[in-house]
Amino acid sequence: MTLDVEPRVEHRRSVLLSGNEAVARGAVEAGALVAVGYPGTPSTEILESIADRDDMDVRWSTNEKVALDVALGASLGGVRVLATMKHVGLNVAADTFMTAAYTGVGAGLVIVVADDPGMHSSQNEQDTRAYARMAGVPLLEPSDSAEAKTYTTLAFEISEEFDTPVLVRTTTRVSHNRGVVELGPRVERPVTGFDRNPQKYVMIPGHARGRRPLFLDRLKRLSKYVESTPLSVESGSGDEFGVVTSGIAHHYVREVLPECRILKLGMSHPLPLERIREFSASVERLFVVEELDPLVENDLLAAGIDAEGKAFFTRIGELSPDAVRDGFSRAGLVPKQIPIESAPSTVARPPLLCPGCPHTPPFLALKRLGAVVTGDIGCYTLAALEPLSSMDTCIAMGSSIGMAVGMAASGGAAGPVVATIGDSTFLHGGVPGLADAVYSQANITVLILDNGTTAMTGGQEHPGTGTTLQGTEATPVDLVGLCESLGVRDIRVIDPYDMGATFSSIEGAIAHVGPSVVITNRPCVEAPTKVRDTPYEVVSDACTACQACMTAGCPSIIWSDETFEGRRKVVIDPTTCTGCTLCAQLCPPLAIVPVQAGEELNGG
Amino acid sequence: MAENSRGLLLAGVGGQGVILASMIVADALVRAGHDVKQSEVHGMAQRGGSVFSHIRWGTNVDSPLVEKGSAEVLAAFEWAEAIRWVEYVRDGGAVVADVRTIVPPGACTDRRAWLTRYPAIEADLFSDRRLKTRLIDASATAAELGNARAANSVILGSVAAFLDIDDVHWEAAITQLVPKGTQEVNLAAFRAGREVPMARIPLPSSDPEGFSGPHQIDIRHEWCKGCDICSRVCPEYCLAVNTDGELTITNPDACTGCRLCEMLCPDFAITIRPPQQPATAPERAVVGGRAR
Repeated sequence: MTLDVEPRVEHRRSVLLSGNEAVARGAVEAGALVAVGYPGTPSTEILESIADRDDMDVRWSTNEKVALDVALGASLGGVRVLATMKHVGLNVAADTFMTAAYTGVGAGLVIVVADDPGMHSSQNEQDTRAYARMAGVPLLEPSDSAEAKTYTTLAFEISEEFDTPVLVRTTTRVSHNRGVVELGPRVERPVTGFDRNPQKYVMIPGHARGRRPLFLDRLKRLSKYVESTPLSVESGSGDEFGVVTSGIAHHYVREVLPECRILKLGMSHPLPLERIREFSASVERLFVVEELDPLVENDLLAAGIDAEGKAFFTRIGELSPDAVRDGFSRAGLVPKQIPIESAPSTVARPPLLCPGCPHTPPFLALKRLGAVVTGDIGCYTLAALEPLSSMDTCIAMGSSIGMAVGMAASGGAAGPVVATIGDSTFLHGGVPGLADAVYSQANITVLILDNGTTAMTGGQEHPGTGTTLQGTEATPVDLVGLCESLGVRDIRVIDPYDMGATFSSIEGAIAHVGPSVVITNRPCVEAPTKVRDTPYEVVSDACTACQACMTAGCPSIIWSDETFEGRRKVVIDPTTCTGCTLCAQLCPPLAIVPVQAGEELNGG
Repeated sequence: MAENSRGLLLAGVGGQGVILASMIVADALVRAGHDVKQSEVHGMAQRGGSVFSHIRWGTNVDSPLVEKGSAEVLAAFEWAEAIRWVEYVRDGGAVVADVRTIVPPGACTDRRAWLTRYPAIEADLFSDRRLKTRLIDASATAAELGNARAANSVILGSVAAFLDIDDVHWEAAITQLVPKGTQEVNLAAFRAGREVPMARIPLPSSDPEGFSGPHQIDIRHEWCKGCDICSRVCPEYCLAVNTDGELTITNPDACTGCRLCEMLCPDFAITIRPPQQPATAPERAVVGGRAR
């Protein structure tokens, strides 16, 4: 759910905004004219929250690299621009990002990257602060919604003053935390226009060599700026110990040690080393509390500032008040936590494919066919879990196809090799892989699960959907035509709700020698339209408790209290059943039938 | 200061509306003049997984996360989620838990005996921590008011009984945030939630008969032509036709005895035998001239 970031009640200037909404608001107030990104948890809602503004051009790109290219182009054209992505998205955009640090910007360019410590919805927990060091760009770390807004606005100023892209790094606990934000007015900024300057913007070796010393000089000036920036804030008292911290970790430290000496870094790259050195000299012990990798700690040690950090505070996952308390107790500064009586063990509740999900049938078929499945990033990655258990790899956006090519080349797969990839992911990073499969005539099948949306992140538009972020019409990419033009000779389009056709089409495509493509064409049941057909029910007297329907893993199919021959029968929850008919197709005794009109539960 | 901040947790299952409910709580707290932080996780968790939201409020809130053993109230929209998060509640704190149970498919550890890890509902489970436990059937209360989907407002009403926020703020927040057209029923549900009676705790369902072991799959290979029908219908993936066209038993321990393979075999080549029943001699399997 997204909120309108305008005040919901006219007279209230303080509103509750998520970190994402606050970042977007910061860009609005800074007068940004373009905002562009690719969806990725936990960054997605930034663009969605300002999609409907008529004074900004807000858009999804095909992937993060294209988004950053668009952003850099707009910046050179002379408008302030916000680019958004999740941490792994910056890997995709890294090629542009590293060189944009050389070219610098036109008008302000702010790149918001949302990290996901704890991997709530990600394949790794890489630390974007390392990218700031590698690229040599400044990085701001807001710790809550209020800072998310003010830092984003300030980032535009820094970007223009120092002629550099600026990273704003949030984490899940900042992006998806709501806090009180004071709203300010939008400051309109005229388009300054593109200045032709090949030495600055055409990065051929001769020009890039000229930019390199300027880039290093800029870093030096940034290091000087950060020493006196109001972004570094000192609080607390005492000389026994002091804490250097940034981002959400700052709040955990204040929670556990409300009065202690803290130097909070709003800009954590470059570091205000002299200020920290001074701070360090005023305390007996210096701690660094930072989420994920010991980047600040290592920088301090390298600068000869004695600091303690990862010896007490975990490098794995998120920090929390509990983790910070535990660290300080092991450092001997707070009493040990009294262990809380633990509750009885409860059930694991992993996420599931939704009732009626059109991804379910193809994975049932792949499991039956004993395929070796190289998977990709999307809802369908859940097919790796019980009971479908039919995905063997998942690495990065678009990796499925190239990995299938390699798996087939290895000759080591015990079954047919099938790559599975969603429509948004295919356009994001799968197309070059398919070109490679054709080029090498790899004996693989590529299953494009086209549900007409970017489902995992909540249903965003992409170049294949035929709509923009604002819902206006766009020219959709023709997937069949695209695959044909790449040179795929065996292309089948199937309705995944037809279990028999799904099974035989995939089987036929696998039998084809050389690369083949199967495209499923049912829309997602949740977005953009909620698909709800007549629900189905189980005729209990006809159910033989074979549990064949349970193999689909549909959340609407639940265990009944009745048994047959000692086995549990099943019932269908009519309030969540979408009427997709898959279970009815799987039921050998034909015990699953549509709920008769007039029989449906009220309200449910 | 941070030590004055208070905490509340909401927990449930993806799709139950935990996030909307927590936005209502946070909005009511802001209206009551508090600094508020509310933290949740989107993404994978929304797909039928466990969903939670931390809310903290006070004059100046630091951590958005509630520390273990410090929440004043836990509002659980589902029983197993109450158990999952109860360690965050402080001694003497309150637990409002819906007795609704949503058993995840993976919780069934043995389909034949139907054993699950799902925790039993007990009213006095946390009595040694002096928790004020209030078990409610929010859906039933909401259904009486005409819309079972207003169950979350019943839970919020029940939570409100433990917090000192004026009803004016609660009702303004509900009116602001619930879907248009459902304000009235949600307000009624909220008011009903304050006085909602303790739910009757459902009795645990009687144990099924249980199984003493997997069924045995007997294959008459001389009758089998390897047509592959049985292996494609087996819900437990027990059978496979190998590259020589021969039917093999790949997962004998998983057979639940549903006999789909036996019934669908066009050549009567499969017999499913209950555990510990001796193998039938092939001669005796022919009854009245027809194999069974």
